[in-house]
Amino acid sequence: MNAATRATAGTAPTVPYEELLTRYEPVVGLEVHVELSTATKMFCGCATGFGAEPNTQTCPVCLGMPGALPVVNATAVESAVRIGLALNCRIAEWCRFARKNYFYPDMPKNFQTSQYDEPIAFDGWVDVEVPANEAGGEAFTFRVEIERAHMEEDTGKSTHVGGTTGRIHGADYSVVDYNRAGIPLIEIVTRPITGAGERAPEVARAYVSTLRDLMRALDVSDVRMEQGSMRCDANVSLMPTGSTTLGMRTETKNVNSLRSVERAVRYEMTRHAAVLDAGQAILQETRHWHEDTGITTSGRPKSDADDYRYFPEPDLVPVAPSREDVERLRATLPENPAERRRRLQDAWGFTDLEMRDVVNAGAVEVIEETVAAGASPAAARKWWTGVLARRANTDGVAVTELGVTPAHVAELDGLVTSGRLNDSMARQVLDGVVAGEGAPAQVADARGLELVQDDGALQAAVDKVVAANPDVAEKIRGGKVQAVGALIGQVMKQMRGQADAAKARELILTTLGVEG
Amino acid sequence: MSETTPTDAGRDLTRMTAVQMADAMAAGETTSEELVQAHLDRIERLNPALNAFLLVDADGALATAREVDAARAAGEDLPRLAGVPVAVKDIACTQGLTTTAGSRMLEHFVPPYDATIVTRLREARMPILGKTNMDEFAMGSSTEHSAFGPTRNPWDLERIPGGSGGGSSAAVAGFLAPLAIGSDTGGSIRQPAAVTGTVGVKPTYGGVSRYGVIALASSLDQIGPCARTVADAALLHEVLGGHDPMDSTSIDAPVPPVVESVAGASAEDGSLAGLKVGVVKEIGGEGFQPGVQQRFDEALEELRALGAEIVEVSCPHFTHAMAAYYLILPSEASSNLARYDAMRYGRRTTPEDSPSAEQVMAASRDDAFGDEVKRRIILGTYALSSGYYDAYYGQAQKVRTLIARDLEAAFGQADVLVSPTAPTTAFRIGDKLDDPMAMYLNDIATIPANLAGIPGMSIPSGLAPEDGLPVGIQLLAPAMEDQRLYAVGAALEARLARAQGGPVVDRLPEVPTTAPEVPGARHTPGTAGTHTEEVRA
Repeated sequence: MNAATRATAGTAPTVPYEELLTRYEPVVGLEVHVELSTATKMFCGCATGFGAEPNTQTCPVCLGMPGALPVVNATAVESAVRIGLALNCRIAEWCRFARKNYFYPDMPKNFQTSQYDEPIAFDGWVDVEVPANEAGGEAFTFRVEIERAHMEEDTGKSTHVGGTTGRIHGADYSVVDYNRAGIPLIEIVTRPITGAGERAPEVARAYVSTLRDLMRALDVSDVRMEQGSMRCDANVSLMPTGSTTLGMRTETKNVNSLRSVERAVRYEMTRHAAVLDAGQAILQETRHWHEDTGITTSGRPKSDADDYRYFPEPDLVPVAPSREDVERLRATLPENPAERRRRLQDAWGFTDLEMRDVVNAGAVEVIEETVAAGASPAAARKWWTGVLARRANTDGVAVTELGVTPAHVAELDGLVTSGRLNDSMARQVLDGVVAGEGAPAQVADARGLELVQDDGALQAAVDKVVAANPDVAEKIRGGKVQAVGALIGQVMKQMRGQADAAKARELILTTLGVEG
Repeated sequence: MSETTPTDAGRDLTRMTAVQMADAMAAGETTSEELVQAHLDRIERLNPALNAFLLVDADGALATAREVDAARAAGEDLPRLAGVPVAVKDIACTQGLTTTAGSRMLEHFVPPYDATIVTRLREARMPILGKTNMDEFAMGSSTEHSAFGPTRNPWDLERIPGGSGGGSSAAVAGFLAPLAIGSDTGGSIRQPAAVTGTVGVKPTYGGVSRYGVIALASSLDQIGPCARTVADAALLHEVLGGHDPMDSTSIDAPVPPVVESVAGASAEDGSLAGLKVGVVKEIGGEGFQPGVQQRFDEALEELRALGAEIVEVSCPHFTHAMAAYYLILPSEASSNLARYDAMRYGRRTTPEDSPSAEQVMAASRDDAFGDEVKRRIILGTYALSSGYYDAYYGQAQKVRTLIARDLEAAFGQADVLVSPTAPTTAFRIGDKLDDPMAMYLNDIATIPANLAGIPGMSIPSGLAPEDGLPVGIQLLAPAMEDQRLYAVGAALEARLARAQGGPVVDRLPEVPTTAPEVPGARHTPGTAGTHTEEVRA
């Protein structure tokens, strides 16, 4: 396909969302790839850390050198079984890997070792909680059926240099980093999701969000969509209302945020409707999602002619998890994240919105631990979803990776509630903790941060400020108590911030003979 | 330089067996350095005619030999074969030593790692003389499909040494090496052994690690020893065998006691009393050369004299073995050879006019692969294609199961099975190049063992009366029962030597130092409008 056609596709006509729903029923299928956070790769002993120098985490096996052979990572198999169990799947008693044959420079063997007709887990489901929406739609629970979850290896990562599209066609040259080649992946495939109607895009988003929570709770993956450790392909088709025959689908790739999942599904629905309304057929193809413009563009045609010549991998023996092992792994499953969230939300007294912020910040566990360490739930939420979440976001790391522990936050909360620090001082202390200066009390000591407890010094400052502002003082005496704010500010300035603002207010009012 | 390096009274060191070499070193009668040098000298003299070695690592072999000699002088406890030189088929990766698999694609490929079996040779402290010639990626029965020219049979330079491991068999038969490594996917150790008058063993599938051995067909490939005597093969077998965590299909069990089995063997009447030997009805007869059949029948008589009971067994599905094999092998090979795309290593051919990566891959593969490799890649790609998979690959797997069941039933009636190893003695170079089917039929007797994963051995049964060329008899045993092959093979070997007035290898005629003109390997060099370069990892 040439650039001109792509440009046309880019400005494809669409039908308004509400309108299409009067004539079509959406069907969505989601394929989610989860990179496992095992220490080593799927079939060799290479390290898996993200962000290493290109091609430093490789060996003859993951480079596909002549003669090299794979050996299955047992931990990855355990993770796959646990994921399958968490998705209410049946676990295969015996299954094999298969070779998916196709040529691409980022695939060292020119076949991907995957699973084909014998997945490790199959026939499952997961209940998805779809929150209320701005259009007035109520929150509801939707059951998504899981067709299968199977094990495979990731490919290397190609970077296409030059050209305008960032894709292989038109690039001046390409470089490949094989550090990612052989990283264990679990691909989770849903059955077609029908019956969600206008809420289909939200269901899709909520499903991916639910998977992310599950993977976190299982502690099997980093599930960072922005780093590609969780990737979603969204299949979308429309069928005329009342029909039961599935329409032709498109597969949208590169949907790498929760918000994008919802937007991409919604966009494809509006595009499909326009094509179908015009009496044309949907072309079976992969499409690329563009986060910036909010549209999809045509990728490569995908048809039944795609022939990966799957056959059982002869270099590996079958995987046969014993029923005892499966039950042992079932016993390690964490509490269902949705149930757990409900339990914690009740215990903490958070609103739905507050709880959603906590979940989105990935802070459920740390808040739980912070509360256990003695902080109030409100304070724990304030610190973890506020300044720490913003800091983590800026640094591109998880909130748990800032070097701040739940014990630190609990200690900080203690320093505030005991009156040693005020809010702005506490923020400075937290900066120090992030910078590695030590625990909160240590940082406060080292930085000389402490509220002045000496009422004499504060009274002196109050007297000085009152004397310097007779007009304001007079207003307050005359009943305009809200004017006290201006004086508090000056007193705090005099005290170089190291005073308790509430105390300052009290002293000012007392000095002026006014009842607060 | 003379062909031999006599240490005492004109003794030719290269004529000794590996056992004799080990004993002579232990007794202080020779050194590893002398042994290695004697073989290097003979290689230098005869390899130009034989083309058995693609690479000779004189420095490496001598360095290992000197280390062993020093260790022995220091009184160190050494492995049994320490200091005995060995040749390695060019299909096994050797760190720092070019490994080509007989292909232009890997002409300059230097592996960054050793195959497990190479590591085991090094641990056994065996000097590696070099890398032996083979059909490209082990596809062939004659070594004519090597990109680097055919290997010739030391018995007659106009004839093939078998294949794919013709370099190893020619080296052992021609006294260029006492021992060599082979790989056997459908007979590539046993058939070359048969046509060169040597011993070749394909162990039970999984008995020897495949890690680092360039794969042809993963479910069929097995590594094994090439030698001039059963006892020598047993010693090398025990060096190579045993579990390897790097190969998932490697058997996690002790190596069968093959050396012990040989030690207990005897040529005396009745030494095999109680043994039942099954003759497979379906192997033999039509298509088998009269002299091959005659030597086979004589060997049966010797087995009877040793006390064995000869019974006829039937393996009805063997008639489909060839068809199943030529679907399974190309299918797996088409996938195994996909990695040779000139992206990370190998020979790259770049078409003109800023080609795509895909075009570079296609041009490189077109340019560097020989015709037989292309033929099998095409066959395998077709057999695995959607819509054909069930009819071809799927059916072939079913036949494979039936053949395994046939053998299971046969082993219910007999302890070992026997047949001629190959239908004919060595054919002339060039004779079957234009008729792939005729070439494939050479492996008709050896293929079932690979399909079923059972061990097989070929030992010399004499020379065919009509052409004076070596004939082999094949022994088969149930999986994990490799020691039976050695027990029976050693007894029969001794008995035949007694009956025939000495071992077959001793009758090898003087090998000429120059070879006659024969048709070379079929390989199309570089295509016009392209340029090639080596990709270094």
